Amino acid sequence: MGIYLPIAEISANIIVLLAMGGAVGFLSGMLGIGGGFLITPLLIFYNIPPAIAVATGANQVVAASFTGALAHFKRGTLDIKLGMVLLVGGILGSGLGVYVYAILRHLGLLDLLVSLLYVFLLGAVGTLMLIESARTLRRAKGGISPELRRPGQHNWIHKLPLKMRFRTSKLFVSVIPVLGLGAIIGLLASILGVGGSFIMVPAMIYLLKVPTKVVVGTSLFQVVFVSAFNTVVHAMANQTVDVMLGLLLMIGSVAGAQYGARVGQKLRGEQLRGLLALLVLAVAIRLALDLFVRPTDLFSLYLPEAS
Amino acid sequence: MNARRLLLTGLMLAFSFIGGAAWAQESYHESIEIGLNADRITITSGFRGTNLTIFGALDGADPQLAREGRYDVIVVLQGPPQTLIVRRKTRILGMWINVQSKSFRNVPASYTEASTRAPQDITSPKTYRELALGPDYIYLEPVIKNDPEEVKEFTKALRTLKKTSALYSVNAGGVEFLSSTLFRATLPLPPDIPVGTHIARAYLFRSGQFVMQKSAQLEIVKSDFERSVYETAHDHSFYYGVFCVLLAMGIGWGGRFVFRRD
Repeated sequence: MGIYLPIAEISANIIVLLAMGGAVGFLSGMLGIGGGFLITPLLIFYNIPPAIAVATGANQVVAASFTGALAHFKRGTLDIKLGMVLLVGGILGSGLGVYVYAILRHLGLLDLLVSLLYVFLLGAVGTLMLIESARTLRRAKGGISPELRRPGQHNWIHKLPLKMRFRTSKLFVSVIPVLGLGAIIGLLASILGVGGSFIMVPAMIYLLKVPTKVVVGTSLFQVVFVSAFNTVVHAMANQTVDVMLGLLLMIGSVAGAQYGARVGQKLRGEQLRGLLALLVLAVAIRLALDLFVRPTDLFSLYLPEAS
Repeated sequence: MNARRLLLTGLMLAFSFIGGAAWAQESYHESIEIGLNADRITITSGFRGTNLTIFGALDGADPQLAREGRYDVIVVLQGPPQTLIVRRKTRILGMWINVQSKSFRNVPASYTEASTRAPQDITSPKTYRELALGPDYIYLEPVIKNDPEEVKEFTKALRTLKKTSALYSVNAGGVEFLSSTLFRATLPLPPDIPVGTHIARAYLFRSGQFVMQKSAQLEIVKSDFERSVYETAHDHSFYYGVFCVLLAMGIGWGGRFVFRRD
């Protein structure tokens, strides 16, 4: 079953698109990531032009994260207050990111820096999470699941002023690190062109010590806004959002996300962290291979950028 | 003096004889015509590529040569021109990075060729080059012309990439003579055939010699729905973007009822 995509101007298979959306949606609902860093390469691999893959990917992520966030909200595993503070930080960071992006592009360093940043960030985050979750899993074997946070555990973050109480997350911390975290991730996200939840999730878990299950819902909440913003920006600047492509991906991903959220609910925190670590590492390795292994064809074709 | 005049007359006679022989052969003024069964192809939502059929007629052919199969026809459909950038990766500090690039102007977005026989059996590469006929010979114009070696390399890469993606293709045997005068060309158009004005050209060859060419225009357009989506995305981009976000949220919300698992 084929369908002609009006913006991408090519025809694609409906079943393939539904399945792609479903697979990414499943991971998204389970792990609390938007999945932009998964759907975009998949679409490019399926011959969708890169600019359209990025923009339509963002559109698809809105649907997956919205449905996932709703599911978590109903279960009470979404900290709206924490999400809002992170979002405010994120918007500030994104604004700065657009500026940094323009400078890097002017210097001609953008492609290389983005690739290196991706490999480094994904590699580092994935490795650290994998080590931690493996250690926790081994310790928890047969016993009860230990929480990351032990009573009375405090670090310098907790000594900062402007404290705020986040009930759902059972957290009483200063807003400074929360805003700062949101801003740094917003900055990285706008340079990398993704939602940034694959950095947000581990940062909330390890730096802010938010319980893993609340992290998933709260991260999805934040991703809804970031990806909605990105969709409109891409639609206005480049006209690269393909609504037909988006529609099929959304239907697949919404179905996938509901199942993913249920499976995620049954898994323990350290199992979720381990799975996310493996996924992040797999993407890092793939990107590293692209960068370091001699490509089969050194040449590639590009359309001049619309400007 | 006399001898010289005699020689001259003899030469003139000889020339006129050769000329006469040539004239005798030229008395067959072959010509071809092509007709498209439609001057536009509409791409609807179910489009998955199509076979374009072009009919043509060969008039004034030498029956002797026609019987011997000495007439060849090549039909091409050339897509709208576009500007393309070819990039080449180079290894820097162990990393493969796009470093060099060359831009080309007026590159046909697609190029589908059908011929009576394998192209190399019809005529020489020299003729193809002169006619700029075939995926390997169409002229690709670099925006900056310095460094001919590099231009050559990048041009070759562009052709290869276009052929790999099936946008440039050759269907040898795709032109068949249905009778001594009527022929039919079958051009397999890929699913990602670009929209716009395409030009169909038919080339006639007699015993490897180019005789003439005829062309016709073909519009490839999106159907009403696809076109209005495209136009909305361009003319009302903000509302289009907002619509896409709302659609995503609507599906996300509705999906909770359909696929709810909690």
